Amino acid sequence: MSCDEKVDCGRRRLLVATAALGGVAGVATVVPLVASMMPSERAKAAGAPVEADISKLLPGQMMTVEWRGKPVWIINRTPEMLASLKKIDDKVSDPNSDKPMQPDYCKNETRSIKPDILVAVGICTHLGCSPSERFKTGAESGIDPDWPGGFFCPCHGSTFDLAGRVYKSKPAPDNLEIPPHMYLGDARIVIGEDKTGA
Amino acid sequence: MSATNTKMQKLLTWVDERFPLTSSWKAHLSEYYAPKNFNFWYFFGSLALLVLVIQIVTGIFLVMHFKPDASVNASGVPVAFASVEYIMRDVPWGWLIRYMHSTGASAFFIVVYLHMFRGMIYGSYRKPRELIWIFGMIIFLCLMAEAFFGYLLPWGQMSYWGAQVIVNLFSAIPFIGPDLSLWLRGDYVVGDATLNRFFAFHVIAVPLVLVGLVVAHIIALHEVGSNNPDGVEIKKKKGADGIPLDGIPFHPYYTVKDIVGVVVFLMVFSIVIFFMPEAGGYFIEANNFFPADPLQTPPHIAPVWYFTPFYSILRAVTYPLFGIDAKFWGVVAMGASAIIFVFLPWLDRSPAKSIRYRGPIYKSFLAAFLVSFFTLGYLGVLPPTPARTLVSQLCAMVYFAFFLLMPVYSSIDKCKPEPDRVTEK
Repeated sequence: MSCDEKVDCGRRRLLVATAALGGVAGVATVVPLVASMMPSERAKAAGAPVEADISKLLPGQMMTVEWRGKPVWIINRTPEMLASLKKIDDKVSDPNSDKPMQPDYCKNETRSIKPDILVAVGICTHLGCSPSERFKTGAESGIDPDWPGGFFCPCHGSTFDLAGRVYKSKPAPDNLEIPPHMYLGDARIVIGEDKTGA
Repeated sequence: MSATNTKMQKLLTWVDERFPLTSSWKAHLSEYYAPKNFNFWYFFGSLALLVLVIQIVTGIFLVMHFKPDASVNASGVPVAFASVEYIMRDVPWGWLIRYMHSTGASAFFIVVYLHMFRGMIYGSYRKPRELIWIFGMIIFLCLMAEAFFGYLLPWGQMSYWGAQVIVNLFSAIPFIGPDLSLWLRGDYVVGDATLNRFFAFHVIAVPLVLVGLVVAHIIALHEVGSNNPDGVEIKKKKGADGIPLDGIPFHPYYTVKDIVGVVVFLMVFSIVIFFMPEAGGYFIEANNFFPADPLQTPPHIAPVWYFTPFYSILRAVTYPLFGIDAKFWGVVAMGASAIIFVFLPWLDRSPAKSIRYRGPIYKSFLAAFLVSFFTLGYLGVLPPTPARTLVSQLCAMVYFAFFLLMPVYSSIDKCKPEPDRVTEK
């Protein structure tokens, strides 16, 4: 800023400083407005664990419970279903569950605590649709003549196997999430809480 | 008679001394000189304004009965969904107001797409009308946001899962993505918080911005004057009175012409509202007659027709790049496909503005662009298959080639010389 005779430099400095400070204060009021759009305390508290009774879940069946507004699937896998997992290790993109999409106690071949019971969040890791079950095998599934059973996302065609592992070259980047969960006795599962306290 | 006339004249003078009423009327209507050769394509600007008014008026009356509430009522139906059904069944004439609003949304996009196409073929975005075009493109983006927010409100299955997919698009952005989509939803899943804020955006925030932008669009237009099908500047040839030789006052000439357009438009609009308000599932999708169910995605979900070209481009990107998921690049490509229109004024190097004087290369590129736009739109409503993905990848390439190669092909194209004055006698 040049200071010639017509400009009172002291006043101009004061004006610029006042306007700058006022501007900072004005911008600062955006903070509470933006922050008000984050999840409220009530929404944060609503993530309570849920219990499921699986005593009536027969082999080959699946049930859905709601946890934090999301569908959580519980699937009682038959021995044939479990046997199919090993055969498709080369077709899925993360066969050994290396990405942290599950608690450590589920980082195994079946992605579960008990080998037959799979507990998984039924939300596709692509854009959040809920895949549908395609347990029928082979050409009858309408997916692929070699289809060993699994899940198909209707939105963008991602496919998952019976351990929630995503197939290669599909839009979904990750395996289905395994929520923290634990058993209270043989037939009752708590979802959203485990012995580690997570 | 003359006594009342002088009284009216006095009142007008009284107002004019306090508010620029007569001068604004003259500047924007009775002495705003528009080219005399406007054709069919020039109906859609005024029609867009008409649809905006229809949407605002019907919207106000819908808000009187609608409840943005995702909680479940005594009969086990979400309150928002039930309130839309209440409007349809119990509110006197509620069905008509709702169908006007839902059909108006699709009509808005039909009219705006035709309006944009007019701008493209006659070079209305070219200097000195770049700002009109940019304001227009921001209006288009606001319109897409407005339609997206509004579509969640009935809280049907398509509302819910459409919002789920679109909000999750933002989670593809590296680093800030997951927090950004959480902030947009206001909850860990699309829920009551999301419904309430989408209602606020749909009813207050976006309409305010939209109206402001429409005013800016028209002010900028009236500053530089309208383009025309010949793409020549009528202000270059003025008569002794300073009025462009090829200009005629907007009022009464074009107000009367636009009324014809309005009448024809309202005939078509009424036919849709009264006889096919869902337009075979294209204006209101069948799955949206089921209340939102967070545990069950419908077997096939697709956006409403006006988003499908862009949605196809999103799905067409299936390869990761630079170590970032395909999901992110899909979002980038979709965003780019909607925003790239903004750069048309600087991409186009042709000596001629109007398609009438452009050469065969531009015309071929434009035709290829149109084919790819419609093909992408058609593929977007269908479930994806490997073959369809391949076609949409091809179309997406053509779509972007139209814009990105334009600096080259528009400058080497063989154009005919532009006339000095408009060609209509």
